[in-house]
Amino acid sequence: MTILAVEDLGITFGGLRAVDGVSFQVSLGEVFSIIGPNGAGKTTLFNLVTGIYRPGRGTIRLAGEDVTHLAPHLLVRRGMARTFQNLQIFFRMTAVENVMVGHHLSERTSLLADMLAWPTVARQNRRTRTRAMELLERVGLAHHAETVAGELPYGVLKRLEIARALAVDPKVLLLDEPAAGCNAVETEAIDRLIVRIAESGVAVVLIEHDMKLVMKISDRVLVLAHGRRLAEGPPREVRNDPAVIAAYLGEHGAREADRAHG
Amino acid sequence: MLKTLLSSRLAVLLLLAVVIALVPVLAPSSFYLRVAALVWVFALAALGLTILMGYAGQVSLGHAGFLGIGAYAVAIGPARLGLDPLLSLVLGAVLCGLVAYVVGKPILRLKGYYLAIATLGFGLIVALVLTSEGAITGGPDGMQVPRMTVLGWRVSGIQTWYWITGGALLIGALLALNIQASPSGRAFRALHDSEIAAAGVGVDVASKKLAAFVISGVYAGVAGSLLALMNGFITPEAAGFMHSIELVAMVIIGGLGSVVGTVVGAAFLVVLPQALTMLHEYEQAVLGLLIMAFMILLPAGIVPSLRRLVLERVR
Amino acid sequence: MAGLVPAIHVLFGDEVEHVDARHKAGHDDVRVCGAGCKVMAEFLQLVFSGLTVGAVYALVALGFTLVYNASDVINFAQGDFVMIGGMGTVFLMAAGVALPFAVLIAVVAAVLVGLLLHRLAIEPARGASPVALIMITIGASIFIKGVAQIVFDKQFHSLPAFSGTDPIAIGGATILPQSFWVIGGMLALVFGLWLFLERTLIGKAVLATAANRLAARLVGINVTVVLALAFGLSAAIGAVGGVLVTPITLTRYDVGTLFALKGFAAAMVGGMGNPIGAVVGGLLIGLMEAFGAGYLSSTYKDAVAFVAILVVLLVMPQGLFGRRSVERV
Repeated sequence: MTILAVEDLGITFGGLRAVDGVSFQVSLGEVFSIIGPNGAGKTTLFNLVTGIYRPGRGTIRLAGEDVTHLAPHLLVRRGMARTFQNLQIFFRMTAVENVMVGHHLSERTSLLADMLAWPTVARQNRRTRTRAMELLERVGLAHHAETVAGELPYGVLKRLEIARALAVDPKVLLLDEPAAGCNAVETEAIDRLIVRIAESGVAVVLIEHDMKLVMKISDRVLVLAHGRRLAEGPPREVRNDPAVIAAYLGEHGAREADRAHG
Repeated sequence: MLKTLLSSRLAVLLLLAVVIALVPVLAPSSFYLRVAALVWVFALAALGLTILMGYAGQVSLGHAGFLGIGAYAVAIGPARLGLDPLLSLVLGAVLCGLVAYVVGKPILRLKGYYLAIATLGFGLIVALVLTSEGAITGGPDGMQVPRMTVLGWRVSGIQTWYWITGGALLIGALLALNIQASPSGRAFRALHDSEIAAAGVGVDVASKKLAAFVISGVYAGVAGSLLALMNGFITPEAAGFMHSIELVAMVIIGGLGSVVGTVVGAAFLVVLPQALTMLHEYEQAVLGLLIMAFMILLPAGIVPSLRRLVLERVR
Repeated sequence: MAGLVPAIHVLFGDEVEHVDARHKAGHDDVRVCGAGCKVMAEFLQLVFSGLTVGAVYALVALGFTLVYNASDVINFAQGDFVMIGGMGTVFLMAAGVALPFAVLIAVVAAVLVGLLLHRLAIEPARGASPVALIMITIGASIFIKGVAQIVFDKQFHSLPAFSGTDPIAIGGATILPQSFWVIGGMLALVFGLWLFLERTLIGKAVLATAANRLAARLVGINVTVVLALAFGLSAAIGAVGGVLVTPITLTRYDVGTLFALKGFAAAMVGGMGNPIGAVVGGLLIGLMEAFGAGYLSSTYKDAVAFVAILVVLLVMPQGLFGRRSVERV
């Protein structure tokens, strides 16, 4: 079932068409990857879809509802969560608190109750903490729960961001280079994690430079170049698409690749 | 173990309560009691700023404006409108909350330096109004604050005011600590570190900032009311730029985001000028020098730095 | 509690009345004048006083801009350079030094303070948060004021006008000769600064550092020296402004606060970091204030300017000449 439908999306920065008429659809339980050379507009596309930038044109539909101009925090309420290319962690909070913030929307207390430490607040805190711990367990970070995030290594924080995004119980999860800067072991852990998330019925939209990872776990791949759609399809098809190879390797590289393929 | 003890809510409150209880025992004269009461009042005002700056990460260089509004509420209410002083105090707090809401709504969209200058401008305008509307406020010379009577009991004497301000500080500290450990507090601290990520998990960043601003305004307002009632006199200087800066300095010098640190910072900045009275001429120079020195040499603030030291010793 | 007497605004309230009082003498000359002409004359009068004060705001804003571009620091002590220039000259002249030398020494003193500020307070705090930097420079400002009230005193002082006090009549309004000094001095400084930045190697190094600090370092520019230069220059500019305007507005140890506020507001209105914006912003703030004082209320002149600034900020957060920045995530 299609959960996210992007139609003819575009934005211009000072004359540069950073994203230019991109359309795609993602279904629940699917891993949909967006790849492309640096500067192709991948992260910009994410920022458009998650409401951080206002699109110049096009529409975004989430579960059939037009959400094109909604603010980020309202999109989250409708089931959209994301991680960030350059980490956006709450560095002064502990790992478990980071994930607890992710549960913010499901917490049922008021500011007044919070100030007065109403009994409901303590109960809510316990409930949130338990759920946050479960998520930390799920991404394999339970042992770091009480560590201040600023003291944790990069690879761990990447997974912490995923746990925090999962805390909003998303229908669509956008991951911006979750394996960037991670070593082989960490990458594999993230790879398994993503597959499991998709299996649980979440639509995963993935930006990633690690082609091995992308080809292994994606159901479909969208290739962007200069803000436009270059190709879309299953990994195998996309990998052999001459236009894609040309975009990645340049014309010369494409000829070489042709020769190599015989 | 030590770490949890140092950060537990109960421990902080107990510590504060013990200090508040001990000062009158140790104070050799009522002068010291008065200074201590001033510390509690300014600590209360600074606690609001701790919620705004320390938790939510939003700077305000105009918080003395709220101090002034609260102070003049208990002066103008009874003297010009015939209101009960206690009611005036409550109305003053409500007014501070409203003003904070109306002012904060547009300006909290600004960040960093821009927010700093906008809040500074707010404080300036409040001080300007208090100075210029002489018919109501008594102008630059200030005005008398009528004594408070509660149920026929005339509230006066530094003894009484010492306990009132100390109690108010304890309540203020309790509420601030409660917020810190609550869902709202987590949202505040989250947007301090990354607004984008906070919005990315559904935190309504704008409304949370506004909530923190309103709370902090009410804190400063109540502190201002207490200050005016205790002194029995008030001038527009209460809302002045220097007080705004001192409040921020208290929060940062003590340790940004730390409740104990805020009280320590307030104590430092209130007691110091008293200690420097013999060097009265040099007071301003010394104050400026100290603010600079602390920011450069101890950017984390007194209490967090001490805490780290203690924890490292134990380890 | 250190008491900053709330008299700064009184000073600024005074200052326009001061100007007006001298101008009113000139008003009597224009007797053959209808109602419409009177309105026009009044308007022109406000423009003159607005441009005069605005020129000083422009200089302070220019100082902010220089430092901000080179270091991302907003120097809240910027206004105190204005005070040092004015007070220094006053006291040197009182000690018998001739005006030109007094000005020179006062400006050099301000530059020294600027360099010391950079060396002792800004440089050691490299990498501090904006809030910490705000507090450091505010601390510096308080310190400078504290020292100034000891070295100088707590009284208001004035300087004799450079070339007479006979108002010059223009279009029914009058303007003080000193206003030409202020506005002309501002223009000369702006032009000189432009020449320096565009035509000298070290000036280009400043521009390069402003554009990209890391890249500047990579091509061998000594960034620390450039930053020191920016602080020294901004101090000099502020001090000269202080000297020029003191015959009109009087000066005291604590006038820096409002000059800093207005100058900063001017820099923001113009678009932080843009020198032309700083000049235009300064003149605009000066005009807004003059019109606020003339048509609305001279008591709330400062408030009028601030409200206007807030509106500009909220409608155009990037200022009139600033570039829109896109947040990268």
